[in-house]
Amino acid sequence: MQLNEWSAAASAIRVLGIEKAFGEGTSRTPVLRGAALEARRGEMLMLVGPSGCGKTTLLSIIAGTMHADAGQVEVLGQRIDRMRAGQVTRFRAHHLGFIFQQFNLIPTLTIAENVSVPLLIQGLRPGAAERRAREILDRVGLSDKTESRPSKLSGGQQQRVAIARALVHDPPLVICDEPTSSLDSENGRQVMDILRDIACDPHRCVIIVTHDNRTYRYADRMAEMEDGTIRHVLGSPAEIAAAHAAQGIPARTAAS
Amino acid sequence: MLRLALKMLFGDHAKYLMLISGITFATLLMTQGAALFCGIMSWTYSPLRNIRAHVWVSDPKVEQVNDSKPLRDTDLLRVRSVDGVAWAAALYQGYNQARLVDGTFKFVTLVGLDATTLAGAPAEMIEGSLEDLRLPNTVIIDQFGVEQFTQKRGVPVGVGESFEINDREARIVGICRTQRSFTGGPFVFTTYDRIASYVPGQRKLLSFVLVEPAAGVTPLELARRIERETGLRAYTRSEFMWSTIWWYVRNTGIPINVGLIVMIGLVVGIAISGQTFYSFVLENSRNLAALKAMGASTMTLCVMLIVQSLAVGLIGFGIGLGIVCAVGTMVLHLGKVPFLLLWQIPVASLVAVLLISVLAAVLGIWRIVRLEPAVVFR
Repeated sequence: MQLNEWSAAASAIRVLGIEKAFGEGTSRTPVLRGAALEARRGEMLMLVGPSGCGKTTLLSIIAGTMHADAGQVEVLGQRIDRMRAGQVTRFRAHHLGFIFQQFNLIPTLTIAENVSVPLLIQGLRPGAAERRAREILDRVGLSDKTESRPSKLSGGQQQRVAIARALVHDPPLVICDEPTSSLDSENGRQVMDILRDIACDPHRCVIIVTHDNRTYRYADRMAEMEDGTIRHVLGSPAEIAAAHAAQGIPARTAAS
Repeated sequence: MLRLALKMLFGDHAKYLMLISGITFATLLMTQGAALFCGIMSWTYSPLRNIRAHVWVSDPKVEQVNDSKPLRDTDLLRVRSVDGVAWAAALYQGYNQARLVDGTFKFVTLVGLDATTLAGAPAEMIEGSLEDLRLPNTVIIDQFGVEQFTQKRGVPVGVGESFEINDREARIVGICRTQRSFTGGPFVFTTYDRIASYVPGQRKLLSFVLVEPAAGVTPLELARRIERETGLRAYTRSEFMWSTIWWYVRNTGIPINVGLIVMIGLVVGIAISGQTFYSFVLENSRNLAALKAMGASTMTLCVMLIVQSLAVGLIGFGIGLGIVCAVGTMVLHLGKVPFLLLWQIPVASLVAVLLISVLAAVLGIWRIVRLEPAVVFR
């Protein structure tokens, strides 16, 4: 199957036949073995699976920060595997938002400055960027922390700042790498609630790599990876609820 | 992004202070060393500044102003006979001991001026009159002479007091201002015809002939003409200055020692700044990778790094130069330490500091270019 055979209308991510190996010669280790995945705008897709199954590698390839050895990668209708390095960089700057496991906030900058970074990368003037940053910080409930340094904030607050940074330039695709794994359950829940409330809209796709089963109930769909391939994609609410029930995870509430 | 780059740098206080210290120290060593070298070199040709003449005629073997090989008295007449000479005057310059009233001896640079014209006399008199030099047994000493002759007395040596040179009275009739000599001994001016009594046992006393060109003749033209017609060596003031400087550069260890100081400054600057800046980049590599992942180009990050290193370089250079100027002002006030801060020295130091900054940045750039944005997901 080729990518152009897929329906592109609402598709945010379409990857097919992705292969990736690390190392050389006898130490060469395949990590992705023909992985295929599709994610749509307006959904929160979770990429789950055991450690070492290739989740983060696949996420890096989707984000354009790593090249696949083989396969096709289409993000927001653009074949990023065919782009030159500079084009991919510009594409990321304008279309992608990132939330990292370790937050990756710059410790010497204020919260507002940290949040304004994606806008500055796009070339916006600092004053306008910081105004926009303050607006989004207000939406994540941190309007009183704009002049604080990251070190003065709790882990949960830092991840909320990271969410604000990921959304400040209104990207159609948000990529989250283990957003709750550094947080306790209460902060993890708050972060997922905010992600669900603010990040998800009909035009945006949120893809989350996680093995924190407390977060599964927030997913619209879940792609389960194993040995470098996508084994199952659980699509309907019933399927996800059944999977959750099998693992003893409560179903998502109506509010969330 | 450049503003963010500077905030990232200034916010890391420990690294920032380390970088500034390294550049400041390097600037201090390089600039101070070079100013010291120029100061020493300026002392070597101080007779040229204290004894004013456009053309200096000497024995053909003389290479520098502190080394005189006496000429015959008739050489003065031969020089005077050269076309284009307005006037020519005899000059003695030698090193002698002065015996003070308390019995101590001081090493002095004795200068004998033509009694009629007083050609080559010091430009600035602090006390007394130049014309009094024509009175019997009289000398004019400089401000360093006052300082050194006064050392063991409570009251400064002044006009009217005496000391001895070769058991002959030398009565002070004036105090002038001079530039310090390379040997550190004070200048003592007297007349050329009195030199014979102050300097024992020398057959020839004519160290140099001071020459003034006639109107319309340049010192350079006249110097070459004197050389052609007399076979003596004739220097313009500028030629003699550079000849003296090069003699000291060739024949003393001064440039090597001072050059080592400057090189140490450069190496220390490169080592401290390069290492600190590289570790700054290493410590920030995860954040830089995150910036790369978020869409900052490698070029943008490199420019940020260059701005950071240049900012550190310029601030460190400013502080270092400020310290050098403060120290220089202090030592010039004391007058005992050679220090000459020519405008070329800060410019050269700035170029060296920028070189240090660029080298430090290159290490970081090398790291950034190789930095994979995907590391932020690991």
